[in-house]
Amino acid sequence: MGNLGVLERLMMDVLWDTTTPVTANELKDLLLNPSVSAAQAKPLATTTILTVLSRLEAKGFVQRDRAVRPHAYSAVMTRAAHTAGLMHDVLGQVPDRQAALVRFIGGVTPDEAETLRKLLGVASTATNVS
Amino acid sequence: MTTTAVLLGIVAVLLAWPIPVALARAGWPPRSPGIALILWQAIALSGGVSMIGSLLLYGLVPFGDTLLHGLVALGTNLRAGTLPSGTSFTHVLALGGAILLGTHLLLNLSATFVRAERQRRRHFTLIGLLSDPLSGQPGMRVIDYPAPVAYCLPGAGRSATVLSNGLLHLLDADQVQAVIAHEQAHLLQQHHLVLLAFKSWHSALPWFPIANRAENAVALLVEMIADDHARRVVNDQTLARAIAIVGFALAGVATPTTNEADATALAAASASLGARPGSAGRLRAEPEHPAHQVLPRVARLVDPPRPLRLPATTGAVTIAVLLLIGPALILFAT
Repeated sequence: MGNLGVLERLMMDVLWDTTTPVTANELKDLLLNPSVSAAQAKPLATTTILTVLSRLEAKGFVQRDRAVRPHAYSAVMTRAAHTAGLMHDVLGQVPDRQAALVRFIGGVTPDEAETLRKLLGVASTATNVS
Repeated sequence: MTTTAVLLGIVAVLLAWPIPVALARAGWPPRSPGIALILWQAIALSGGVSMIGSLLLYGLVPFGDTLLHGLVALGTNLRAGTLPSGTSFTHVLALGGAILLGTHLLLNLSATFVRAERQRRRHFTLIGLLSDPLSGQPGMRVIDYPAPVAYCLPGAGRSATVLSNGLLHLLDADQVQAVIAHEQAHLLQQHHLVLLAFKSWHSALPWFPIANRAENAVALLVEMIADDHARRVVNDQTLARAIAIVGFALAGVATPTTNEADATALAAASASLGARPGSAGRLRAEPEHPAHQVLPRVARLVDPPRPLRLPATTGAVTIAVLLLIGPALILFAT
């Protein structure tokens, strides 16, 4: 994560924790509030915040309400929904989505489970004996 | 040159059917998965070179008596828009086939890599937003998710190993170390490159059953190689249990463990999965994919087979080298 990545993370954390849409200025204040966000010593420039917000909007994490002035921003999905979507891709059956990563292990079928129990049972006795 | 073309054609057919089938059925690969992986790569590469080379040589017969002369003459004829006398329809067909097959395979390979790189970038962005670093473990990220998930995200310059909270709760410290060592072997040895190459081969030739077999065999071999790497850090039993516990939890069946802490953690994990009816069904990870097959991996940890002896290893590596240089030598010596 570069510097922009860090800012994106900070802002998403705030947006995920607030229930109502916020303007860039409100977000600036929230970022300074230690009870809401992690340690932001000096205020960010509003332009920086707007830049990061439009990056996040382009990536599909943030939506902008253009009907109000100034524009109000909110998270498109909750953090949990994003995580669930990502993990679904990781564990899922769409092989194309898995091309980028290497997974540890998948689930077992009931038949395999039975064999596996026997295998591991045998193994632990063998270890005890030796 | 016709004889050489036929000879290469025979090599191509052997490498496309009987040899990979024999390797896929052989019992020894779990003993020395690294050697088997080398052989698979040699077969795939050599098979492709032989097939394209055979078509090319046959198509160039009317143009010249060596590969080089033929190619030069082909260029001259292309510019002039002529065909040398004695060119038959089959020669043109063979030339076209060689060009089409070669371009198709190369384009597919680059498309597969480009697509994977795009997915990887997107995934890195999401991981950056959704996960936290694991303290004391550089390159490790923890994501808040109840199911036990572990995977590595390889990439040029940056890479990450991602573990879920569910996994950290389910496994004890040694078992987590086993998982980490396994994933780091994937990253260290750049296994994703081999996997992508075989994936691309399969997607380029979806009707070719051997490509599917090869992709599956390679995927399982890569897991075994990573397991062997993890065995240097933890004992076999720990790794076997880690694999089995995660496999059981993902399938939603009771784990065979006698350890009470494990059982409680698993029950908690299953309960939290059950609490999300939508995702629980999807979490039944596919058992068909051999790379994720639990049994062959656990079986060789529980009762480790003896690695191939030196003569067999030397023999296999020699065959791989011959496969790689043989067709190239035939092609250019013509």
